[in-house]
Amino acid sequence: MIPEIGHFAVIIAWVVAMVQAVVPLVGAQQRSFRLMSIARPAAYTQFLFLTISFFALSYSFATNDFTVKYVANHSNSYLPIYYKLSAVWGGHEGSLLLWAWVLGAWTAAVARYSQALPITMIARVLGIMGLIATGFYAFLILTSNPFERYLPHFPVDGNDLNPLLQDFGLIVHPPMLYMGYVGFSVAFAFAVAGLLSGQLDSAWARWSRPWTTIAWCFLTVGIALGSWWAYYELGWGGWWFWDPVENASLMPWLAGTALMHSLAVTEKRGVFKAWTVLLAILAFSLSLLGTFLVRSGVLTSVHAFASDPSRGYFILALLSIVVGSSLMIFAFRAQVLKRESNYQLVSREVSLLGNNLLLIFATGVVLTGTLFPIVMDVFDLGKVSIGAPYFNMYFVPASIAMLFLMGIGPLMNWKKFRVAQLAKPSVIIGIASVVLSALFLVLSGWEFRWVVAVAVTSVFWLVLFSMWDMYNKMSNAKAGLWAGFQRLSLSYRGMLLAHLGVAMTVLGVALVANYDVERDVRLNSGESVNIGGYDFVFNGVKEIQGPNYNATQGDVEVILDGKSVTRLYPEKRIYFVQRNVMTEAAIYPGLFKDLYVALGEPIGDGSWAVRIYYKPFMRWVWLGSLVMSLGGVVAMCDRRYRMKIKQRLMSGNTAVASGD
Amino acid sequence: MTRLLVLVASCFFCVNLSATILVYEFEDEDKREQFDELAQELRCPKCQNQNIADSDAGVAKLIKDRVYKLVKEGKTKQEITDHMVDRYGDFVTYRPPVRKSTFLLWFGPVVFLVVAIIGLLIFIRANNAKKEQRAPKALSQEEQQKVQALLKQYESDKDQNSPN
Amino acid sequence: MKARFILFSVPLILFVVMAYFLATGLEHDPKELPSMQLHNAVPPFELTSVDDPSQIITQADFKGPALINLWATWCPSCRIEHPVLNQLAKAGITIYGIDHTDERQAAQAYLKLHGNPYALNVFDEEGELGLDMGITGAPETFLIDAEGIVRCHHVGIVDEKAWRDVLWPVWLDVGGFDPTKSQSGATQ
Repeated sequence: MIPEIGHFAVIIAWVVAMVQAVVPLVGAQQRSFRLMSIARPAAYTQFLFLTISFFALSYSFATNDFTVKYVANHSNSYLPIYYKLSAVWGGHEGSLLLWAWVLGAWTAAVARYSQALPITMIARVLGIMGLIATGFYAFLILTSNPFERYLPHFPVDGNDLNPLLQDFGLIVHPPMLYMGYVGFSVAFAFAVAGLLSGQLDSAWARWSRPWTTIAWCFLTVGIALGSWWAYYELGWGGWWFWDPVENASLMPWLAGTALMHSLAVTEKRGVFKAWTVLLAILAFSLSLLGTFLVRSGVLTSVHAFASDPSRGYFILALLSIVVGSSLMIFAFRAQVLKRESNYQLVSREVSLLGNNLLLIFATGVVLTGTLFPIVMDVFDLGKVSIGAPYFNMYFVPASIAMLFLMGIGPLMNWKKFRVAQLAKPSVIIGIASVVLSALFLVLSGWEFRWVVAVAVTSVFWLVLFSMWDMYNKMSNAKAGLWAGFQRLSLSYRGMLLAHLGVAMTVLGVALVANYDVERDVRLNSGESVNIGGYDFVFNGVKEIQGPNYNATQGDVEVILDGKSVTRLYPEKRIYFVQRNVMTEAAIYPGLFKDLYVALGEPIGDGSWAVRIYYKPFMRWVWLGSLVMSLGGVVAMCDRRYRMKIKQRLMSGNTAVASGD
Repeated sequence: MTRLLVLVASCFFCVNLSATILVYEFEDEDKREQFDELAQELRCPKCQNQNIADSDAGVAKLIKDRVYKLVKEGKTKQEITDHMVDRYGDFVTYRPPVRKSTFLLWFGPVVFLVVAIIGLLIFIRANNAKKEQRAPKALSQEEQQKVQALLKQYESDKDQNSPN
Repeated sequence: MKARFILFSVPLILFVVMAYFLATGLEHDPKELPSMQLHNAVPPFELTSVDDPSQIITQADFKGPALINLWATWCPSCRIEHPVLNQLAKAGITIYGIDHTDERQAAQAYLKLHGNPYALNVFDEEGELGLDMGITGAPETFLIDAEGIVRCHHVGIVDEKAWRDVLWPVWLDVGGFDPTKSQSGATQ
């Protein structure tokens, strides 16, 4: 019964979404207050029914209802409850329901937290989100129904969740990622609504910014979680593979970052309007493209869901309608946008344009590399594989160039900036960066590499310039540095924090990619090997028994300069129920390095194959992402986004006054 | 709840693997590096997008064994890659060949970047030139007199209304 | 303003182009790899026979038109195609075998139990020959013509459908023997 309720609920949500799509949009065209007021209630209703539906599916998992096909395929009665609930999004149909629910949540949030918006604007925004929802729910109901039943013959127990997915990562990574992907639909809706109304001014930008930033924060965390999960779960020490599905998440992130910065310019200076709108359309389009790539089977990927070309056609149709129509509206309507100010060649506007250029360049590289195999195949030019050698070739210099630009960009004035002002600080900070970078590399003891030297220099450049700028701003206050700091807007502090996060991530990537050591060695009991400066002493194995498995446990002691650092116990387990062999490696995590040991097979002469990794600064990659995300949150809490309605009314910026 | 916490904690220390670890021994560090690079750049022809270093598949092991043999024989990276491409096609390497058909791939981004930068510069310059054209011309004699008169008017109004 | 319209239409045009590629791409299977062996001779090798360790077989011993079937005892799919191979051999089609990364004893026992369709059976213990022929797994079957050139490379089981649709047309093309006789023999 419950699954049927869930199925019915999602159909109702679909119908409500159609109402939410059509009525307010018509109302906005006809200036009908009555029609437009449907938008908010429709949004809440839609979300309510989606929640019912999602709950129904979760309930089916929790109660081991194997009459539901999806539950039988992805769960098992022995699965712990937290994995049963996460298994809801462990497969295609359920993850689509999660997608739908997240879309409903964002729609309801926009309905709730948009009191200051004029009714025509909110009607259009919610209407467009309703259109997207209509398309998506159609896809779910017509091709990917998670509530299909196995009646009358249903399995006694389920197929179980893929063991690789039985992990904490499954609980957090997809939800965070979807919050980000789907969140960009809000910016998209604002952009298209702006195009339709012709009203794309500072106010529009100020409304769009917080929504875009939150979505971006979620996506940042989602991607970082995915990378971290792959690292410890798959056990190859790898944390980024330029796999099509990974790229599918990186592209909206890059476009979203460009969008955030472009929105800042549009808000403050009233320029770049058409470009910002295009970026908003691009970011969400890339999210949809990602959905297509993951579920259609057009590209090979370790991450892909079971692929089905017929589903692929449906998603492609959806993608074409959403993106095609928005780009058509853009082509016709973008001309009415007028720039509100001007700027010189050297100005903060142009430096942000440079930021956008580099980010969109990176997006283009990733897109080209990901889709090119398809293009070649279509033209019968053969099958190629495009991986790290290609992507890194462009991505590395682009990132380093970004860091250099990020150092000086925030210091430039709007409209016109005299380069001479930066001449002396650039020289001083430039020299300091080179010196510090050299010092760092010398002290580390690692072999010199040009790419690392330049990358570390760019990191120092960014950090020093940021600190210098902050100090300048703080010391302007007569009441002292602390007062100066408190006077810094949250928006500014958020920016600094986010940029610092980027610096951390780039540093981590540069060091771990260049200086990590991975070795598969043959060790007898008592033998040791030196990797990354640490001595790994193998002390043999012993048989142990766990709660639901038998295991061979290795004993490896890690020694540095004669002192014992840690003792690691990698295992090879045979689980009672599944009878498959799972290798449990042991990780010694640290801020400045990770040490990792895995036990292989006995080689026959008493020795064992052991895999050992030394990964310097590995955690900086993910910590930097968290700091980036935190910076975004801080920036969003800036007071000007939280102006109360009363203040708005007093300032004359009311719904009535700014109606179009 | 405790189980979940333990699970979370254990994720920082334990890892799941399901593959065998193969040991290839080298006396020469350079050869080992070359082998590692090749293992990461060659693709497993059968897997769902994995290099031969990470893959469990039988064919991946075959390829790795052959690469090991060739590395020890002193072949260069390019020679070994070509050897594999002869048998499996371009698909087997993650570094696509540079051919007429892949010109767009390899050089496209650079060309795009250059064109974009030039385009932007032209765009910014053109807009500023337009702005100068639209800049207000200097006031004519008549207009200046009007301005003076208005200013005087304003001054006298202010005096009248000031709260002295 | 017309110039601006053209400029603003560029993203739409780019998208349409991309959508076309994606739509066409859906019809292609990204996992299907073209074989590099086609129109090449069988690579040179010198290996022992499965049945007799003292017997050496080289590429010259593979005289076409014939099938070359790569198999192993650890491969469950090979077991499925074995009866079809037996039928083909009985109909008079020459089949050479490559026993890939297998154990000689197990292979001999397997053939004794399930029948031996192979005119010659190469013991490719290290898998080197398989790699040189570009195989990605077992079973895979090649079809060579009278000059020893590979004309067909079939990945997967040789069942009746595969024989009828893939191999049989090429077999006729390279001048395989009497059609009527093999037709009745093969499609039982």
